[in-house]
Amino acid sequence: MTSAAHIEVQALTMAYGRRVIQRALDFTIYRGDIFVIMGGSGCGKSTLLKHMLGLLEPTTGDILYNGVSFTQADEAERGKMRQGWGITYQSGGLFSAMTLGQNVSLPLQLYSDYSTREIEELVAYKLALVGLAGYQAYYPSEISGGMRKRAALARAIALDPEILFFDEPSAGLDPISSRLLDELIVQLQESLGATVVMVTHELPSIFEIATNSVYLDAGSRTMIAYGDPKELREHSEQAIVRQFLTRSISAEGERHE
Amino acid sequence: MNEQQPRFILQEESADELLLSLAGDWLEGADCPPFEGLRRELSGLASSRLTVEGSEVSQWDAILPAFLLQCHDHCVHEGMEVRFRQLPDGVERLLQVATAVPPQKSTDSAGGGPSLLLHPALMLQRFAEGGREHLAFIGETAIALGRLASGRANTRWVDFRNFCYQAGPDAFAIISLVSILVGMILAYLGAVQLRQFGAEIYVADLVVVGMMREMGVLMTAVVMAGRTGAAYAAQLGTMQTNEEIDAITTMGISPMEFLVVPRMLALVLTMPLLTLYANVLGILGGAIVSGGMGITLLQYVKEGQSVLGADHLMVGLVKSVVFGLLIAIAGCRSGINSGRSSAAVGQAATEAVVTAVVYLIVADAAINILCQQLDI
Repeated sequence: MTSAAHIEVQALTMAYGRRVIQRALDFTIYRGDIFVIMGGSGCGKSTLLKHMLGLLEPTTGDILYNGVSFTQADEAERGKMRQGWGITYQSGGLFSAMTLGQNVSLPLQLYSDYSTREIEELVAYKLALVGLAGYQAYYPSEISGGMRKRAALARAIALDPEILFFDEPSAGLDPISSRLLDELIVQLQESLGATVVMVTHELPSIFEIATNSVYLDAGSRTMIAYGDPKELREHSEQAIVRQFLTRSISAEGERHE
Repeated sequence: MNEQQPRFILQEESADELLLSLAGDWLEGADCPPFEGLRRELSGLASSRLTVEGSEVSQWDAILPAFLLQCHDHCVHEGMEVRFRQLPDGVERLLQVATAVPPQKSTDSAGGGPSLLLHPALMLQRFAEGGREHLAFIGETAIALGRLASGRANTRWVDFRNFCYQAGPDAFAIISLVSILVGMILAYLGAVQLRQFGAEIYVADLVVVGMMREMGVLMTAVVMAGRTGAAYAAQLGTMQTNEEIDAITTMGISPMEFLVVPRMLALVLTMPLLTLYANVLGILGGAIVSGGMGITLLQYVKEGQSVLGADHLMVGLVKSVVFGLLIAIAGCRSGINSGRSSAAVGQAATEAVVTAVVYLIVADAAINILCQQLDI
């Protein structure tokens, strides 16, 4: 399953002003992985994702894509790297002033040479992939939360990206929708051959689809586990990681610092 | 009754150990002793261990764990060891939950109290930061406009057209009302003064020159700052909250080109048109009042024509372009830099209007001084 390193995070320290969120993050995401960033609430999962996307700048350390530093790249190079990414945000991040069709067609208009008619066909196809065929003319405010997440996914896969980022894809979804979304992610990953990076703390999702993971600890403010979550659940040296993955608490776990 | 009074007793068990016994009904409205009293007593006694004992407590609600939590935090802060003994069922469990995560250090928090906000050094620092932010925004806008001119910008024509419609035709009603009334006000003001010299006829000059050079464009700009500037700030602020701006950035599109430039151009295009419209209506308003003062429409038009010059018109139009630019900058800057909450969006809208009005007045004064010096 694992092959070449796709994304490398090296000695990354993240801070808001003087408040350090996480330090000494060091891990590799391999091509074709479904990689989960997990940890308790407020440990900096979404912050890590924002650093990987270049929305926040690291205090120290580096992030490499295909061996090329993203942190040191200038805006133009970053733009080029980002064209190979598809991203869905926690709240979807759909443009509320545009219909779903316009949302999905925007990246195609910007970065491809398809004709207007081809773009229309592609948009219909991408929306159909996420089960939203025929919803082109709807605005994001007119559809349900689950549909919005799927529409965001359709926009993320518009350009057949090689990396897909998800920020809490199944947060706020009912168990069935969340399961369907997981299956969709796996299917897309397999058909696109993409690397998937997701932030989540939904245990069913983690065990169902993740092939590799990192655990960020809020107390010690660094990563304390790295590996396949199914392995970590049984064999992690860190009690807190085993508790997280088995949803249990103990006196030791409550006061882990 | 007195038996049930909530109370605590602090005793010295041994040289190094304190015993705090709680008793009574710790209920809402039962006049529970404040923690401050205990803090003072504790500070007076040097000890390394505190045992809290609660066997005498009969009834309790949330007040009791709240009191004990303060007690716990105080002891942790002072480096004392604290133990709980014979507390009512549930209280100990609640305390465990409440103390599972250590409290956030207050020094980490970014916001200070109101007294800190008024500190001169901090105010100066904020002012400097604000100035830098403004400059950065203006610089980025200039770069985006440069890219637009060279045809490389991701600006959508459709957006520009929609914003023109929102800023232009949609604003007709309010601009009409305001400019007719401003024309009338100018005419009244002039008529009362000029009548003293029997020079009512010059009301026409006053209204025409006043509207074209000053009042037409300024009132239009103030209305547009409140209407469109605030709308821009709220739109962009909501997009920030909704992670739409993140999505745009990571799609490799510059938010400046995609969001700010079409809004700015729309306002720069519609402002001169609205100003022309406001001028016409203002002069019409002046004519209505003059009619009431015994000046016939023909006299008014003839007198007005004599001062109607291209220079007055141009001063007004140049101002309108500058004002349009300033309103768009104030609105978009507040929106883009808005925080990610509903309160922050409201604050951004307020800030947009306030900054825009300040910009307008300062720019207006500057342009007037310039015109005076250049004899325009």
